Amino acid sequence: MAAAVEIEGVSKRFRLYHEKFTSLKERILHGGRIPYEDFWALQDVNLRIEAGESIGLLGHNGSGKSTLLKCIAGILRPTSGEIRTQGRLAALLELGAGFQPDLSGRENVFLNGSILGMKRAAIAKRFDDIVHFAGDEVERMIDNQVKFYSSGMYVRLGFAIAINVDPDILLVDEVLAVGDEAFQRKCLDKVAAFQAEGRTIIVVTHAADLVRQVCTRAAALDHGRLVAMGEPNDVIRTFRDTLMTGDDGAGVDDPDASPFWHRVRITAVEVVYPDPAQAILLPGQPLELRIGFDTCDNRVDDIVAGIAIHGTLGQLAYGTNSHLSGQELGTLQGTGVVCFRVADLPLLDGTYRVTVSLHTRGGLRYDHWEQHVPVEIKAPGRDVGVVRLATKIQVEPGATLGGRGALFRKDAG
Amino acid sequence: MATTARHGPGDGVRTTGTAVTLRSRVADIVAYRELLVNLIRKELKVRYKNSALGFVWSLVNPAVTIAVFYMIFSVILPNSIPDFVLFLMSGVLIFNMFQNGTAAAVGSVVGNAPLIKKVWFPREVLPLASIGSCFVDFLLQSSVLVVAFTVARWRVGWIYLPLIPLAIVVALLFTTAFGVWLAAVNVKFRDMQHFLGIALMVWFWGTPIIYGYEQVAHRLSRFHLTWLPLINPYAIVSLSFQRALYNRRRVRTGTDAAHHPIYTTLLPDHGYLWYLGVLAVVGAVSFLLLVGAMRTFRRLEGDFAEEL
Repeated sequence: MAAAVEIEGVSKRFRLYHEKFTSLKERILHGGRIPYEDFWALQDVNLRIEAGESIGLLGHNGSGKSTLLKCIAGILRPTSGEIRTQGRLAALLELGAGFQPDLSGRENVFLNGSILGMKRAAIAKRFDDIVHFAGDEVERMIDNQVKFYSSGMYVRLGFAIAINVDPDILLVDEVLAVGDEAFQRKCLDKVAAFQAEGRTIIVVTHAADLVRQVCTRAAALDHGRLVAMGEPNDVIRTFRDTLMTGDDGAGVDDPDASPFWHRVRITAVEVVYPDPAQAILLPGQPLELRIGFDTCDNRVDDIVAGIAIHGTLGQLAYGTNSHLSGQELGTLQGTGVVCFRVADLPLLDGTYRVTVSLHTRGGLRYDHWEQHVPVEIKAPGRDVGVVRLATKIQVEPGATLGGRGALFRKDAG
Repeated sequence: MATTARHGPGDGVRTTGTAVTLRSRVADIVAYRELLVNLIRKELKVRYKNSALGFVWSLVNPAVTIAVFYMIFSVILPNSIPDFVLFLMSGVLIFNMFQNGTAAAVGSVVGNAPLIKKVWFPREVLPLASIGSCFVDFLLQSSVLVVAFTVARWRVGWIYLPLIPLAIVVALLFTTAFGVWLAAVNVKFRDMQHFLGIALMVWFWGTPIIYGYEQVAHRLSRFHLTWLPLINPYAIVSLSFQRALYNRRRVRTGTDAAHHPIYTTLLPDHGYLWYLGVLAVVGAVSFLLLVGAMRTFRRLEGDFAEEL
């Protein structure tokens, strides 16, 4: 297989000037030397992307993923290293960049198409496709000035043009997250069609779900370095871990918040995996969380222990406590362990963070570890979301709807 | 060595060496010629969008310039050049193209920052489009020139007329070289756009448009500096226009006390070949300047997306 994109030892340095010195006078005043700091957005990145591959570049903000994409697109020049591309390249970096508000939609299609490197004849041939893809609303207003378009129409027309450039290599930067749901689905369909036609797709995102859904391979960037490459699920796990180490996730110690703070302390938390050799949880396996406490010689009868399981982006997946579940702890004195046993954790792949908390029934905290305890879950499959639900899909030929449940319709148009 | 991936429209394969060569860059621009045409079209459309007179405005500006200069130099401070309007028109329109073209080109890269940061295309197209739209204006304005000379039943120098397309090519080459260079340098040093306004004013008065070349040259001859005005490429261009259109080398500018006519020499006393020769030299120099400007542009271009 031929390489569509070869990235060899690419580094990119940005000079961050302390002030904006863009005039000649200021340069002369500073003797040509302007105070700056070097910032390496990319450091020695090597990546070979085969033709026909769909690769996801993962990374959190500032990891250099967009810089890399811009280097591939030729917008930024690497400070060192080489990038070779083979085939026609189209970058969906910002939709509708270069639209002229004073020109009509039709004129802008031709102008924008030629900015993206299309011939007039080719645009004319695809004009109907482009306008149709952009939707009815745009179709009706195609001869109106673009300044009268809504921002949604603007983006839809931009995407419609860009996707019709007929590229061999398509670079996508987050833009799939635009538009309403229906339009997003249309975009994903188009991307899938591109894949089927054997075109190369490079998606830059921090949405792990999108990568899982779309990509055959993934790479993760962290602080300008390539930290992982390979199977999407593996890379996503690495990516989540590097994200975690980014903010250390230390508990929020807020002694002022509660008059009872540290009357009871959490001494440690133990995560018990079924297979101690492998610190992961497979579907169907029970999770045991053991919270060590120390009442510091106090006798405490108003105490509740709670856990909350958070996903990568901090969203709450599940939470419970001894009070809500009606399993009161009784009176505690001295040291001991509160044990939470979860029979089955139907969660999707990833590193989850568990918050553990000890507080009064009124919610005043004794001790609280916010999203501090990691729990590694490994679930095969490419489903998206947080929870894993058993789903069976089958076709019933000739069957009709109605009679068995509530029926929903969507008005045409 | 820094390298960028480049891609042209239509072609399937792109290989990049250690640097983008001038040749591949020219190939890119040629491949994007439709973009150039579209940008010129856009510039003209947008400029006169929502204006009642539309492109007529492109004629109003030089018309007013000519009217003002006529008032000053034929009525208020008569400079005694007969048919001054025709003399002025011969040289001023092509200089206008230079003035407007470079003024538009200098900000063309900075003004298209959103585009530069998001899409790759040969960036040279931007200053080229600015100059191109001013060239279209010049062609429109030339129709006024044709009308004026026809109405005046002026005897133009027919055999010198072939100099005009040649002079236009030279003017375009030089304007492009200057404009491309300015557009690139202005990204780093925004002073360029301010500097340019002043430079163009001095340039205009330093070019024999309002006055005849010989009127200045004979004063310089004492210092053996008659060549000095000729190092200005635009002097050669306007001289060629004046030679072909105004077509009077020596004009009668009045009479002395004894009623003998006084003659003033306006244009150099040289033949067809001299004009061809100097145009060729200026053309060659402009071409080299253009190559140099493209080189500078190419070197600075890598930082455009960051600097903007």
